[in-house]
Amino acid sequence: MAVSDMIAPASGPAAGATPYLFHRHALVVRITHWINALAIVFLILTGLSIFNAHPSLYWGKQGSDIDAGTRWLQIGSATAVGAPYGYLRIGALEIETTGLLGRSAAANGQQQAIGYPSWATFPSYRDLGTARNFHFFFAWLLIANGLVYLAYALANGHLRTNIMPRLRELRWSNIAHDVAQHARLKFPRGEDAGRYHILQKLAYAGFILGLMPLVILTGLGMSPGINAAWPWLLDIFGGRQSARSLHWIAMNLITLFIIVHLLMVVLAGPFNEIRSMITGKFRIDPEPRP
Amino acid sequence: MTLSRRGLFGFGGAAAGGLLLSGCDSLASNAKLKAIVQSAEGASERWQRLIGRDALAPEFSTADISADFKVNGTREPSGAAYQAHKAVNFADWRLAVTGLVNNPLSLSLADLRRLPSRTQVTRHDCVEGWSAIGQWTGPQLGLILRAAGLKTNARYVVFRCADTYGSGPSASDYYESVDLIDAFHPQTILAHTMNGAPLDVGHGAPIRARVERQLGYKHAKYVTGLDVVASLAGHGRGKGGYWEDRGYEWYAGI
Repeated sequence: MAVSDMIAPASGPAAGATPYLFHRHALVVRITHWINALAIVFLILTGLSIFNAHPSLYWGKQGSDIDAGTRWLQIGSATAVGAPYGYLRIGALEIETTGLLGRSAAANGQQQAIGYPSWATFPSYRDLGTARNFHFFFAWLLIANGLVYLAYALANGHLRTNIMPRLRELRWSNIAHDVAQHARLKFPRGEDAGRYHILQKLAYAGFILGLMPLVILTGLGMSPGINAAWPWLLDIFGGRQSARSLHWIAMNLITLFIIVHLLMVVLAGPFNEIRSMITGKFRIDPEPRP
Repeated sequence: MTLSRRGLFGFGGAAAGGLLLSGCDSLASNAKLKAIVQSAEGASERWQRLIGRDALAPEFSTADISADFKVNGTREPSGAAYQAHKAVNFADWRLAVTGLVNNPLSLSLADLRRLPSRTQVTRHDCVEGWSAIGQWTGPQLGLILRAAGLKTNARYVVFRCADTYGSGPSASDYYESVDLIDAFHPQTILAHTMNGAPLDVGHGAPIRARVERQLGYKHAKYVTGLDVVASLAGHGRGKGGYWEDRGYEWYAGI
């Protein structure tokens, strides 16, 4: 069946049980979505590359190799009983992570002592200068793109109407119901699939209004030039090394968001979901009427 | 039919993903793309100059000073000339001020110590990600430049250094540069004293630059001369610093 055959008649939802396509995502939303996706992929890959130059995190204003007191996370490599191994230390806890963190195979197959493995970094080899060049380019792209999206979503009400939870949706019974539906992998059908439910709204609103500002501001908080111009950023985050730690935590939450987001796309019907973010059209299969 | 189409979509996505990952490193070496990506440096510089051209870097209390300030880069210049200076406690060390100046200067360490100085407790941020806090004392760079008198076409101040960094064919003289905004910034000093004591060899004895609003590699150690220039083309490979010549940003405020 050709796609044009499925386009809804002018009467839209009233067309009964015939499947139809409706215009789900505006052009601005679709374009900014994909630019954002591209930027975030490069920001994470280059960010992990930058992290590998000093794979330790601290709380407070300062922190370097000798500051074991304020260090709360470290990825490293050590030798035990003559055999090198990789580890992740969080506080007093040490987990052996050979093959993934601390020690893993380089692109040429050679084992090496390195924080994140080569497949998770851009470039795949150690090149802090190139990683930084790309990181800051995509950071600017992320900010510019995010501002375009926000201007659009605020001006036409997209954020308020489609993303922000309504007060009545925040009732525990409604949240519990949506959690239960997700746990059973039961996703909205029919006309109900045409709007976001509370967990989706919380995830998207949290990402757009929580994680994105956090990751951008903690990134700026690490810049010595911005520290001079906007010293209040350091006061908010509790010092440059705290900002660096929070930047890393935000990266992990963003990665978690992406994993869940992709999983949900696959579970909810990847063809329809991905098409709706490319062409804007989302197929609705109306529930049979009683 | 729908299923196969969905399958195709999934396959296409996975193939595109795989292609992206395997092709990634070639993106890093694509000259055209590199030029586009490096344009972000100019955006960062212009933005930071716009929001805080004269802003001061945060200063800390002496209680915040790091117990052990990490030594990085050159730990001790190995050249015979430097070793000879070190043997006599830098008594004969000279700082040459040359280039686009009306009065070229040659200042001894004693001259520099006699000049009015600024003391500041600041945070040093390495490009690798770590930070340490130290107290630095020395004359403002602007004071020395005003004494030398800049010609109207002066644009940058290049720091010549006594150390050679790197090994093998990539080894070359360390150097750095700043524009006149940072050169005349009140916190840009030539530090001869660290944490109240004469600067030690690991941290750049007898004098190092402090460029407090930029990353550690801008803070040249073992400074032997200031060359005032109109263009960065005449030093190193022309990018304005040892690390800049190796792909790092010249504007290191980020």
